[in-house]
Amino acid sequence: MEPMGKVLMINYEKCTGCRLCELVCSVMHEGVSNPSRSRIKIMKWESEGLYIPMSCQQCQDAPCIAVCPVKAISRDETLDFLKVDYDICIGCRACVSACPFGAMSFDVIAKKVIKCDLCDGEPQCVRFCEIEALEYVDADRVSVFKKKEAAQRLSLAQKEAAALQAEM
Amino acid sequence: MALNRKIAYIDLSTGKVETKPIPLEVRKKFLGGRGLDAYLLFNHTEKGIDPLGPKNTLMVSAGILTATCASATARTHIMAKSPLTDLLGSANMGGFFAPELAWAGFHHLVIKGKAEKPIYLWIHNGEIELRDASQLWGKTTTETQWAIREELGDEDIKSAVIGPAGENLVRIANVMTGIKNAAGRSGMGAVMGSKNLKAIAVRGTMDIKIAYPLEALEYNKRFIDQIVSAKVNQTQGTLGTPFIWGATNSWGGIRTRNFQYNQCEYADDIEPERIDEICTETMGPYHMTGCFGCQVHCRAQYRIPSGPYAGKYDEGPEYTSQGAFGGEPDCKNAVTVLTGNHLVDQWGMDNLETGSLISWAMELSEEGILTSKDIDGLDLRFGNDEALLEMIRRIAFREGWLGDTLAEGGIRAAEKIGKDSFEYLIQVKGMSNLHSDERATPALALGIATGSRGSDHLRSRPAIDLYHLPEEVLRKIYSNPVPYDGPLSSEHTSYVGKPWQVLWQELCYMGVDCLGICKYHTTFLGATLPNFEDWAKVIYYNTGLEITPTDIWTVAERCYNIERLFNLREGLTRDDPKKGDTLNHRYFDEPCRRGAPDVIGSKIDRKKFKKMIDEYYEHHGWDENGVPREETLKRLGLDKEPSHLL
Repeated sequence: MEPMGKVLMINYEKCTGCRLCELVCSVMHEGVSNPSRSRIKIMKWESEGLYIPMSCQQCQDAPCIAVCPVKAISRDETLDFLKVDYDICIGCRACVSACPFGAMSFDVIAKKVIKCDLCDGEPQCVRFCEIEALEYVDADRVSVFKKKEAAQRLSLAQKEAAALQAEM
Repeated sequence: MALNRKIAYIDLSTGKVETKPIPLEVRKKFLGGRGLDAYLLFNHTEKGIDPLGPKNTLMVSAGILTATCASATARTHIMAKSPLTDLLGSANMGGFFAPELAWAGFHHLVIKGKAEKPIYLWIHNGEIELRDASQLWGKTTTETQWAIREELGDEDIKSAVIGPAGENLVRIANVMTGIKNAAGRSGMGAVMGSKNLKAIAVRGTMDIKIAYPLEALEYNKRFIDQIVSAKVNQTQGTLGTPFIWGATNSWGGIRTRNFQYNQCEYADDIEPERIDEICTETMGPYHMTGCFGCQVHCRAQYRIPSGPYAGKYDEGPEYTSQGAFGGEPDCKNAVTVLTGNHLVDQWGMDNLETGSLISWAMELSEEGILTSKDIDGLDLRFGNDEALLEMIRRIAFREGWLGDTLAEGGIRAAEKIGKDSFEYLIQVKGMSNLHSDERATPALALGIATGSRGSDHLRSRPAIDLYHLPEEVLRKIYSNPVPYDGPLSSEHTSYVGKPWQVLWQELCYMGVDCLGICKYHTTFLGATLPNFEDWAKVIYYNTGLEITPTDIWTVAERCYNIERLFNLREGLTRDDPKKGDTLNHRYFDEPCRRGAPDVIGSKIDRKKFKKMIDEYYEHHGWDENGVPREETLKRLGLDKEPSHLL
């Protein structure tokens, strides 16, 4: 079986909250600057300095596919993302209600649902995110990065424990 | 497109709101942001008005590129006659306010009159509403912003607000947005306070069409790559502006104890690395944040680690706060700097003015010019951290004789204090100087002496003068977009060619302020960063406006001359110690006592300084009194001002 495609990996702790991703997303998709039409959105807790980018998770068992009454949402075989067929979509917004991440949005100007389409394999949000809070990586690598970070923490903890023991 | 953004005239006395398109002809002459604000200020105020009276006009604006697909177009410009200097009031802030204003349909606001009771403006997708702000009066800057969001039920609202200092008409009060973005200088917060205007709240979901979206996107990528590849911006992105402190202090460019020394000794606790350590300890390894669309991310996040405000969240501190609450008052304690920074952010005051005025009062106290009766029993000596923090509060709330006196700003305070207190006041045109010491750097000294809003490092600072760049590199930078074949010197201690550098930087910063971008994205601290030539392309791709680099230069000249005309109208004369293009006598009389060997003993030479001013005027096409010559005004199309195009 073919390995699955790449995914948008969000390292939220790195996000500076600048919202350039929202800007370039709307320029890329709509030819305009308008974050309210962006597929990605930074959620902010300004009084705590916390910023978290939110976008489509391209779920395997996707609620948006399940809930769509006209079967307008399907999986793109090449890039492994969920796409909306606007010729079929009736704009009922059932997918907006069903998405557990709020990643399906409704564009009030174009009057259609919008979601991340990975910009045909070159996500602009990733390209412009210099701090690498957003990365486009092979799906199987995401957990490897996390494993490595966790392993590093374990190793550090062990070293600290050894140092403490030596002091005793 | 961005060029269809409107201007709104809001009369707070009558509640009348009028909106108009901004004609292309006006755009071509003044672009937007600070430049167009200056034109509006000159046209919408009368000579000699009271800056805190209803006749003062407040301009709030976005740049011509704001919210387009250009890099870091986050800056908001605010202008009015200054209650601090009685000359040009002008301040600029980052954050997220200006883009939101643009998405809400406006680039320029002209606010007149005075509301009967506290109000705030609610600007939403082309609509402007005056709303009751009595429940907001008395709140801090962040409390105000969060309360507006709650009242209107939208977390994405951005507001420009004043804190208690602005309400109390403290003449050094600022306008703020977010946690720490401040239009700090020249008392714009007091102007809002005088109009009973607590806040301007904006929210927009309107499209800004990009003329050539794909080209704009690609050019933006190139622009950003250039900006983040500069070493200076990489350092900014790690340590924030405090990084400047390290090198500057080591050669002797930091004023301490008001103006007594030019180097802050034994100050390890306020070094950038120490501040970064606190940020890491309290906010984790990724504690840098930024303004809208900016990849420099120069703003640190922190929580105050100890003391009465332990645990409070804030951002910064900038290099300015290191000096204002660390170096100048000789309080070399990180917690004091972080706390001082937090207090001025919350109460809405210019950190630079606050720290400088308190340090001045500390020296007056040391000299016996201020007695303990004047300072209401406070032990106001250098190095007393508690007294410093208490004094910040007294200024914000105008408490006690000295708190109320300093709240009037330096020049008025000196008149009240009397004796020779004015001689100790480190100011130009009534604005306090940054804590940097310019005695060893004539170019920087000329920059602060001639700045159109008074002493300031963001009007014209040839900071790259300190890098000793080879003459041919300097020539490449400074003879674009208009030729310059006069002398230039790589020596920062030299007086040669500096007037041209000051003029060039002045127009470069004016360009930046018209575009609405940040100065870290141009020739300021980094010599390799974009300027006029790149801007012409960015403007074209985003707005479709065809403009050459030389056109932008001429626009900047035009706007700078309008600011000059305003200042002359309000009483600027060349050698006036309070309103002129000059420096405190200590720059000329007291040599540097510390620092690198070539810095010790430095002071500004009076004769050479005078010659620099003459040359600077000449480059501008101004006469020996600093008045634009008729042919200069004609060339710039300013010979019939006020022309009331808008």
